[in-house]
Amino acid sequence: MIDFEIPEKIAGIRNVVETVAVNMMRPVSRYFDEHEHEIPWDYINFMHTATRAMGGSSMAASEGKKEGPRFGFQRLAVMVEMLSWGDAGIYLDTPGGMLGSAAVSATGTPEQKERFLARFRGEKPTFDAMCMTEPHCGSDTASIRTTAVLDKEKNEWVLNGEKIFVTAGHKALLDSEGFIVVWATIDPSAGRAGMRPFVVEAGTPGCQVTNMEYKMGIRASDTVTVVLQDCRIPFENILGSPEVITEKSSTSFKGAMATFDATRPIVAAQAIGLARATLELLKEMLAERGVTIRYGLPRQKLTSIEKDVIDMEIMLRSAWWLVLKAVWMMDNGKPNALESSMAKVRAGDVVNRITQKAVEIMGPLGYSREYLLEKWFRDAKISDIYEGTGQINRLVVARQLLGYRSSELR
Amino acid sequence: MYSFEPSDEQKLLIETARRFATDELRKAAHEAEEKKEFPLPLINKGWELGILHASIPEAYGGFGERSALTGALAAEEFAYGDLAGAFAIGTPSLFALPILLAGSEEQKKQHLPAVIAAEWKPYTAALVEPAFDFDPNDLKTTAKAEGSDYILTGEKTLVPFAAQAEMMIVFAKLENETKGFIVPKGAAGLQVQEEREKWMGLNALPFHRVKLDGVKVPASNLLPGDFAPVLDASRLAVAAMAVGVAKAAFEYSRDYAKERDVFGVKVAQKQAIAFMFAEMATEIEAIRLLAWEAAWAIDNKKEDASQKAYLALTGAIDMAMMVTDRAVQILGGHGYIRDHPVELWMRNGRGFATFTGLAMV
Ligand SMILES: Cc1cc2nc3c(=O)[nH]c(=O)nc-3n(C[C@H](O)[C@H](O)[C@H](O)COP(=O)(O)OP(=O)(O)OC[C@H]3O[C@@H](n4cnc5c(N)ncnc54)[C@H](O)[C@@H]3O)c2cc1C
Repeated sequence: MIDFEIPEKIAGIRNVVETVAVNMMRPVSRYFDEHEHEIPWDYINFMHTATRAMGGSSMAASEGKKEGPRFGFQRLAVMVEMLSWGDAGIYLDTPGGMLGSAAVSATGTPEQKERFLARFRGEKPTFDAMCMTEPHCGSDTASIRTTAVLDKEKNEWVLNGEKIFVTAGHKALLDSEGFIVVWATIDPSAGRAGMRPFVVEAGTPGCQVTNMEYKMGIRASDTVTVVLQDCRIPFENILGSPEVITEKSSTSFKGAMATFDATRPIVAAQAIGLARATLELLKEMLAERGVTIRYGLPRQKLTSIEKDVIDMEIMLRSAWWLVLKAVWMMDNGKPNALESSMAKVRAGDVVNRITQKAVEIMGPLGYSREYLLEKWFRDAKISDIYEGTGQINRLVVARQLLGYRSSELR
Repeated sequence: MYSFEPSDEQKLLIETARRFATDELRKAAHEAEEKKEFPLPLINKGWELGILHASIPEAYGGFGERSALTGALAAEEFAYGDLAGAFAIGTPSLFALPILLAGSEEQKKQHLPAVIAAEWKPYTAALVEPAFDFDPNDLKTTAKAEGSDYILTGEKTLVPFAAQAEMMIVFAKLENETKGFIVPKGAAGLQVQEEREKWMGLNALPFHRVKLDGVKVPASNLLPGDFAPVLDASRLAVAAMAVGVAKAAFEYSRDYAKERDVFGVKVAQKQAIAFMFAEMATEIEAIRLLAWEAAWAIDNKKEDASQKAYLALTGAIDMAMMVTDRAVQILGGHGYIRDHPVELWMRNGRGFATFTGLAMV
């Protein structure tokens, strides 16, 4: 039965998260935008304490195998939307497992999940990160050059390579006892079939953070370079079951893709939260200046501002439903690769169009750093870049619509 | 609790409607457009699927409760087959739904059974006016109280089957509010222009200009209820139909692009084309969900249902234009030739900006 009512339980959590967004994020938004590389510990500590108090290790979606309908990803999407409404950069500093954990959840064995994810329930806020991108390749993930060689005598993997643009890498490796998931190849000639995810824990010798980026937006979030130099990790830190590890197959690559099915709608939810914040502020600022939006009129009778705002509303709402449908499918065990990439494509577009239009409409007020519109414009752009650029996600969508393999549609 | 899955009953309806749309409406569409006539037996066949009947309670001769959502699901499927056919089959709804939503008990008892009892009959409604800034909430056609009567004055356009209609609802402005009035065939002052109106699309359907030159109707012909739910029902229906037409255009151009060779590969293998498909499908799905949300809001009597229906249609207008335009583009020169349906869909696609009042669910 088609239903657009937010489940009661999620509505409750949403209210709580809204309070956090209003009280702990918005007031420091500008500060952390202007003090890049400072860490919003107040927010982080609060979130950590709050999640522990609620009995959860993280915001992550796994709920175990309880009876009845599952809400995990829907709840996560709603929370992320709200946190990002608060501040898209600070949201990325939320402790307790993000992309790295998603990879562990999607591809790890039960033993690995326990070993790696338990730390998030600990006393101190803990972070993780995911390292795919390298200096020479981002979208073309199958071309990664970081290598993993098995030292059979010591039963250890030896990693060598350089990973860039690692979100929260600093916090995962240097500010907490976290871990990073490193994608490396066990056979550089094998392409995708050689790719495997490895967990490297904080403090592992040979794993170093060498650089922190300065960015256009989401400046509260650290983006770092990680260099792996003869970095040795236990054999058991390769994610997945032994068959997958030894056989030359693309199961692992598919694992990465499965991770994306779960994470893309969440990144899309982040875009939606930011877009909603922008539209709300825009309408508020317009209202203060005597401009209200007359819904219900034919286009011919609307002012150009009204048309823009109404179009924004349409984009925002429809994109949000795409996101929710994608996570709802996830919760209900329906394959959602198409829907999750659709949601990402649309949300990435929408947040950019809305923030760009909002700055334009408000003129000098939009461009001024006195208001957050210009910051949100800068924050927005990342949504169309990471977790698959707009182009890559269009490819993913198109391949499925057209029934093409990646070799048939490049 | 969120869910994006139609009920089993709705799934069955979707399947039935889709089969009819694919096997019958789609096949008849080209000839109907070219011959400027939609075959009556086919209209009757669609009518027999009982979409309207299922919206009318037993007390008035039907067998169900109205569900805007179910109606929207069916409307999408019908329009996926052919828009003219979908409009034709649904025309009696233009008369029945305003009565159901805004009529008095007596009006419902008197008229609803007659509309749904027998075969499809051309009951209709007149909403659109020949003005660039036509606004359903600010009509130029007026109604004035005169004793125990109302006098209707104005001009309407795009009235389907007006020349044959037994009765129609005429919408007019009464003291700054839009209200519906039941106007019987042959009422004094009611001038239905005999010659059909000519439009860019929908040539299969007879549309007529209707002039109201001081048409007098008794006070009992005024639908007492609010116009808003009626407008919502129409905006939603038209939005759902836009989704159906867009889906048809998407699928046809997709199948074509997978067959046609260019520069040694299929057209669809070119990113410039493949990306268009990704965007078309995403946009269609986005607007479909927006329409579903509006339908759900209507059925659950949400306060902002009207705004949602408005947003859904406004979004659908742009979506339908974008998708149908691209479908023609993807077929290249062949898309421009009337042997392929995409040019018809593009002509229909532009019409959604004007079609409010031509369908209701
Ligand atoms: C702030 C930030 C945080 C990030 N966080 C992480 C992280 O935590 N972990 C991580 O692994 N990575 C992360 N990234 C990296 C991000 O995922 C990549 O930047 C992104 O995938 C694009 O790769 P690229 O920069 O190498 O661009 P390229 O792959 O070089 O692409 C350049 C352009 O070509 C287009 N393009 C590429 N391939 C195709 C194709 N087949 N068809 C059409 N167009 C194509 C792209 O869309 C883009 O427009 C982050 C990046 C940033 C900026």
